[in-house]
Amino acid sequence: MTEPNRPASGPTDAPPDLQAGELDEAAIEAALAEAPAELEDATETPADLGTLEVEMERGVLLSARGVTKRFGGLLAVASVDFDIPEGSIVSLIGPNGAGKTTFFNVVAGIYDPTAGHVDFRGRRMIARPVKAWLEPILWFAPALVGAILTAVVYGATQSQPIGVALGLISLALLIIMLISAVARPDWYQRILVRAGVFRSARPNDMVKAGIGRTFQNIRLFANMTAEENVLVGMHSRLAVGVADAMFSTPKDRKEEVTARVRANELLELVGLHGVGDELAKNLPYGDQRRLEIARALASEPALLLLDEPTAGMNPRETTDMMTLINRLRQDLGLTVLLIEHDMKVVMGISDRITVLDHGERISEGTPDEVRRDPKVIEAYLGTPAA
Amino acid sequence: MTTTTAAAPARGEPRGIRARIENFGHEHRSITIIVGMVIVALILPEIVKYGPFPDFQGQAAWINGFSNAGVFVLLALGLNVVVGLAGLLDLGYAAFFAIGAYTYAYGASPFSGNDGPFLLMLLVGAVVAATFGVLLGAPTLRLRGDYLAIVTLGFGEIVPIIFLNSEAYTNGTNGISGIYKPDVPFYGEFTLLNPWPFYILMAVLITLTLIFVYRLEDSRVGRAWMAIREDELAAAANGINTVTTKLLAFGLGASTAGLAGVFNAAKLTIVSPDQFLFAVSFTVLAMVVLGGMGNAWGVAIGAFVIYTIQAVLLKQLNTFFDKFHVPVISDIDFVQYQFLLYGLALVLMMLIRPEGLFPSRRRRRELHAAEELSGEDSLGASPERAEEAG
Repeated sequence: MTEPNRPASGPTDAPPDLQAGELDEAAIEAALAEAPAELEDATETPADLGTLEVEMERGVLLSARGVTKRFGGLLAVASVDFDIPEGSIVSLIGPNGAGKTTFFNVVAGIYDPTAGHVDFRGRRMIARPVKAWLEPILWFAPALVGAILTAVVYGATQSQPIGVALGLISLALLIIMLISAVARPDWYQRILVRAGVFRSARPNDMVKAGIGRTFQNIRLFANMTAEENVLVGMHSRLAVGVADAMFSTPKDRKEEVTARVRANELLELVGLHGVGDELAKNLPYGDQRRLEIARALASEPALLLLDEPTAGMNPRETTDMMTLINRLRQDLGLTVLLIEHDMKVVMGISDRITVLDHGERISEGTPDEVRRDPKVIEAYLGTPAA
Repeated sequence: MTTTTAAAPARGEPRGIRARIENFGHEHRSITIIVGMVIVALILPEIVKYGPFPDFQGQAAWINGFSNAGVFVLLALGLNVVVGLAGLLDLGYAAFFAIGAYTYAYGASPFSGNDGPFLLMLLVGAVVAATFGVLLGAPTLRLRGDYLAIVTLGFGEIVPIIFLNSEAYTNGTNGISGIYKPDVPFYGEFTLLNPWPFYILMAVLITLTLIFVYRLEDSRVGRAWMAIREDELAAAANGINTVTTKLLAFGLGASTAGLAGVFNAAKLTIVSPDQFLFAVSFTVLAMVVLGGMGNAWGVAIGAFVIYTIQAVLLKQLNTFFDKFHVPVISDIDFVQYQFLLYGLALVLMMLIRPEGLFPSRRRRRELHAAEELSGEDSLGASPERAEEAG
């Protein structure tokens, strides 16, 4: 099956669009009203990533509520609610431009949502920033306190060295805070949470939390070998730092050996044999798709986001890919969120399907329910002529 | 190193002496680097006694020149981390060289009244330069490609100008002179007349830098740099904190420049703003490109050869040709044409051998694969292409 084309927008399309806009405004209002309250409740016990703990339904791995993303005048995703039950394969479908990849990118931490939030494994990972104005104050506070102390000490004691030392220390603190604001290490995130400031997790934080992804247009590290690609995927699970690497400590050597063994295991798992030394760009197309999955698996995700994994594949490759995805769930216990245009794939492996159109969720249910939903048929094929 | 342990068995036992040496070099790289550097450091002073070399200048002058070349080798190795590995185009690299040099000038000169021990000051210079590298990086690393290049270019211009204009602290145009010579435990103070201590010290510094760079390159950190060079968004989506990783590249690159700066200041005993102009940044970048971007030893050799040609050969060619009364050629002042020759060399390189004189294995494969596929983009996706909104 090929990509269904959206019919040229006729006059019938205009009213739903307007409605969507209104709905969206309401959703934003609601999200804004509820977000700060929830955040304040949850400021206790910040964990590794400094994100907030939230209540989640049992058995739900990821839950998105009221996710909205606006690009200027374009409303790409309009207040979408989405639950991914643990251990399931969930698909996201919709005509071209329906907002699927945008929603994906919000979940993966690439875009900040305009409104709404995404919770993952009981943590609020993605939401609109809250109390962002507090952050600059946080940077300058140490320097300000230092400056005042410097002035007081200098004035009181007439002792120059102490005053100068205090000044230098406060300057150093300012520099550290400014750099931390850019790099956002874990301890800085924790301070932010304590202060009630919330900023969305970034892509690398999402990977660390357990979400791996692939891209619609394959984005491998073209000039690195297949093995290196997988090793990069392992980045967040490896601990070797600059000093370890420079002095080649036993920790570094041990980790490197185990990482390489693991990388080759992952390549085997996705069905790539003996291509570890090949440059990624020299692999055949189907193998590149597989390599991307191996790389995503290397981060030991609980949830795998696959953006059109069978795009551009022939029927046999497509069947192989479906087998692979099913195996990932069975053997590794992975939960999978899939964007796909190939209906054979979607209907064949999904437990549940969500349909987006014009950024809105128009249908949700099992493959059979969605297939019969008149709204879905309308979105794909247009309304019958009166 | 352990990097090839997984791959080596697949290739089977190496045959032939050359293959065996290569294999040994892979598995015991640090030893190989040390042995290689010792051999090179021993051979160089001997070579210049024979052939045409004594016609240019005496052995002592050659060795002195080699230490100066070493400064540029260090600079090129550092810039290689930033440009070659992490793919961040830095056009203001001389700024960190300047910061290292002025750090030593403050740490050990009559101008400031301090007299810090040289080896400690080497470390301090590296740390201060790295700090400035990170400081420059923090606000600018969100920029990409050309924009980052422009910002670093600006930084490279600003730093010498600050040193030039804050007269009270840097002595302006005249610079800080009378900087103390290195005073090293077990040897004592270096002198102007004896070029050997500087030569040996430089050989040690380069050896250490090479070892560190190679180890980093094949580690988790080095892979993260390369991933960012290849595709920043994909790198972030694979768990790499792109900001800290890029800051690290910037900081480490700058620290190497800081080392070079301290050494240079101690050797010349004077620092002045005109030692750190854009030409230095450009020269080092040209060395990295000509030597073979991303390949540490290629870059080192590139820097060494280019510096030697520029500082020794070109200067001495005039006297050389005068001596034999060659018509026309003896009228040319070769030093005047230094940058013309640079330009020509760069253009020729890019046309004939774009991967540099000594490309890394990776880059060679990259360019040759491109030939085999006759320019076809087998990935079907350029890294720069933006994610489409679904």
